[in-house]
Amino acid sequence: MKQYANVITAYLIMIGLIILVGVFQSWNVALAILNFCLISAVMTMGANIQWGYAGLINFGIMGFTALGGLAAVLVSVPPVREAWQVGGLSMIFCLVIIVLIVFGVRYVLKNFQKSKKRNIYIASIIVVGLIILRIVSGPAIESIEAVEPAKTGFLGGLGLPIIFSWIAGAFFAAGLAYIIGKIALGLRADYLAIATLLISEIVIAVIKHEDWLARGVKNVIGLKRPVPYEVNLQSEQWFIDLVAKWNSGALDLISTTAEKQAALAQLVIESSTVFVKLCYSGLFIIVVAILLIVTQKVLYSPWGRMMRAIRDNEEAANAMGKNVVKQHLLIFVLGSAIVGIAGAMMVTHDGLFTPGSYRPLRYTFLIWVMVIIGGSGNNFGAVLGGFAVWFLWIEAAPMALFLINFLTSGLVETNAFKLHLIESVPYFRFLMMGVGLLLIMRFRPKGILPEKIIKQ
Amino acid sequence: MDFVNAIILLLNYIIVPALSYGSQLALGAIFVTIIYGILRFANFATGDMMSFGTMFAVLLTWYFQSLGISLGVLPTALLTIPFAIVITVLYMLTVDKFVFSYYRIKKSPPVMLAMVSIGVMFVTQAIVRIIIGPFDRRFFDGERFILKANEFKEMTGLNEGLAIKSTQVLTIIITVIVVSILFWFLNKTKTGKSMRAYSDNEDLALLSGIDPKRVVMITWMIAGILATIGGVLYGLDKSFKPFTFFNNMLPMFAAAIVGGIGNPFGAFLGGYVIAFSEIFITYAYKKFFMYVLPESMEPNSLIQLLSTDYKFAVSFSILVIVLLFRPSGIFKGKVL
Repeated sequence: MKQYANVITAYLIMIGLIILVGVFQSWNVALAILNFCLISAVMTMGANIQWGYAGLINFGIMGFTALGGLAAVLVSVPPVREAWQVGGLSMIFCLVIIVLIVFGVRYVLKNFQKSKKRNIYIASIIVVGLIILRIVSGPAIESIEAVEPAKTGFLGGLGLPIIFSWIAGAFFAAGLAYIIGKIALGLRADYLAIATLLISEIVIAVIKHEDWLARGVKNVIGLKRPVPYEVNLQSEQWFIDLVAKWNSGALDLISTTAEKQAALAQLVIESSTVFVKLCYSGLFIIVVAILLIVTQKVLYSPWGRMMRAIRDNEEAANAMGKNVVKQHLLIFVLGSAIVGIAGAMMVTHDGLFTPGSYRPLRYTFLIWVMVIIGGSGNNFGAVLGGFAVWFLWIEAAPMALFLINFLTSGLVETNAFKLHLIESVPYFRFLMMGVGLLLIMRFRPKGILPEKIIKQ
Repeated sequence: MDFVNAIILLLNYIIVPALSYGSQLALGAIFVTIIYGILRFANFATGDMMSFGTMFAVLLTWYFQSLGISLGVLPTALLTIPFAIVITVLYMLTVDKFVFSYYRIKKSPPVMLAMVSIGVMFVTQAIVRIIIGPFDRRFFDGERFILKANEFKEMTGLNEGLAIKSTQVLTIIITVIVVSILFWFLNKTKTGKSMRAYSDNEDLALLSGIDPKRVVMITWMIAGILATIGGVLYGLDKSFKPFTFFNNMLPMFAAAIVGGIGNPFGAFLGGYVIAFSEIFITYAYKKFFMYVLPESMEPNSLIQLLSTDYKFAVSFSILVIVLLFRPSGIFKGKVL
């Protein structure tokens, strides 16, 4: 127990901070922060598996997050029958062509010696395949996008409960990670970082501009929820009773029945949003807990020890007969799959999919700040980093505003400098993140909760 | 006549824009590659350092305009470049002293330095946004066009117009001047040679009496010059927006890697490779074929290989292809 003392203190401080927000701002805000903290925690766990366990830099987190989000759309939205009728067959045919291209390339790779001739064969297979793809898909895409473009204009999804998308998102991300890993994992670490960063941009470009897939920048809104809707809750008798019971002390103080009814109605509306957020928190906590238990078990298993050995001395591990390339690929796929889960969770929570909002700063670099600050190689550290950094990211603006008002209190209200500073309050979060990262890297390079090797 | 029209069409829509965009990328790519070659890390703050320099050029341009100073037909911003360079170099040297030098002396792995550069990226981004805000700023003044499409049509009697913006010509000329001075410096002067020696083999260079502090300082000075000039030229040609500058870092990285990272000449050409392929692949050739082919064979569709939305994706795909077949880049940079 003693060795976990600092972990427990750090987490208690974090929970205390969120409760403080609940008391001083509102419970709605506090729970929103908590939910996003949990989502960030899942993302950091994914990144931590890659960086902390194996020393792989993955700057493509944004791409995997977006793929998870795409999975949420493709799983939960009901299929658009009309679109399937006009273009479904051709799109399936396109899929077959892509599979054929891949198998064709694989066949050539296997059966021919490495030579110029082979490269030409591969190139011609890909070019011919792409041309056929263009010819087949062109009219189909046009007709799909013409189906009620204001409302649908895409193929839709499977119409399953959105919760399944968390698994589907993991598989989507894992698939992409497998392809990227095959291409780029042989590269040196910082080179891999650049490659993954650029590939994730390609992923976002495809999701943004292939409207038939998920409406692109037109966004998909109103995704189904795994939890009740506020409007439905407000008319449920058991919920009203619950709210009345919870607030009985405050309600008893009001004397007239009419006022009591009005106060109760107001309370029900307020508590319904809190209740919905609480449901999400519950779901997310389950995911985080499962992942924490599994990753923690894995970290101290023989496999985890092997990963650390590979990380710390690749050549020695190789000499011991460990297949470094294969293990790197495996861990890259696993970590990315966890990020994919987080992406699906995020879209589920928001209820909308907005490809335009995926930007590397928020979805790649911020997650890395979380991993580094929290403590790479330590799962509890990674989760804590997710919590602490997201909390700062949200609360940076109010804190900066307070500080500016305090420091410039000598200046008059209309002072141009002061007004300018107040206007640029939202950007102080970047400053805080940057300075925080630099300070941690300088003075506590292992993070708030450093990696701990348990000797058994 | 149709053939000439087709050539003019290509010149107007592909070659001139690609040359100027390529020049802007080339300057950034050399910045990336020099930092990588000499200081040995991937600098993720590249785009933001460029926007830092450009920001001061913009602010000074406004100041000069308010004073009534201008260059006539040329943009006032050109006058502000030296001042902006000084400020940028000072900023870079400060950052280096307080941030990067610690890890360099400790001989941390390059990954560590790349991570630290992300911290610098956040801080620089914050500074730029706090000072000038995240909005689109135009600071161009002077004559917009050297050659207008209508004038060209009247002059030659062709159907297709050729418009050349003064910023495009300025970009190309200034890039050529800056790059040639840089190559002269690296190849002919003693300091430049010592920098290349340091990049090739650090220990050997130190043994032969090269002062690492001096090399690092000069590297940052060159970086500051390249970043500011590249940023200002891009800003003049398009507009200044911190987010776009941050995004431009990605094709610059692609250019540096395609050209062979650590190799300035490769990065220079890599910029043009990226720019030309981006524009070649996303251009709709319908009109071109209408001029070249006989009427019976005129195409119905746009004849566009990829829609313009995929501009960035093209450059990154080239990068992936280069990674697969020639990991050291087209012009043999460091083997990674």
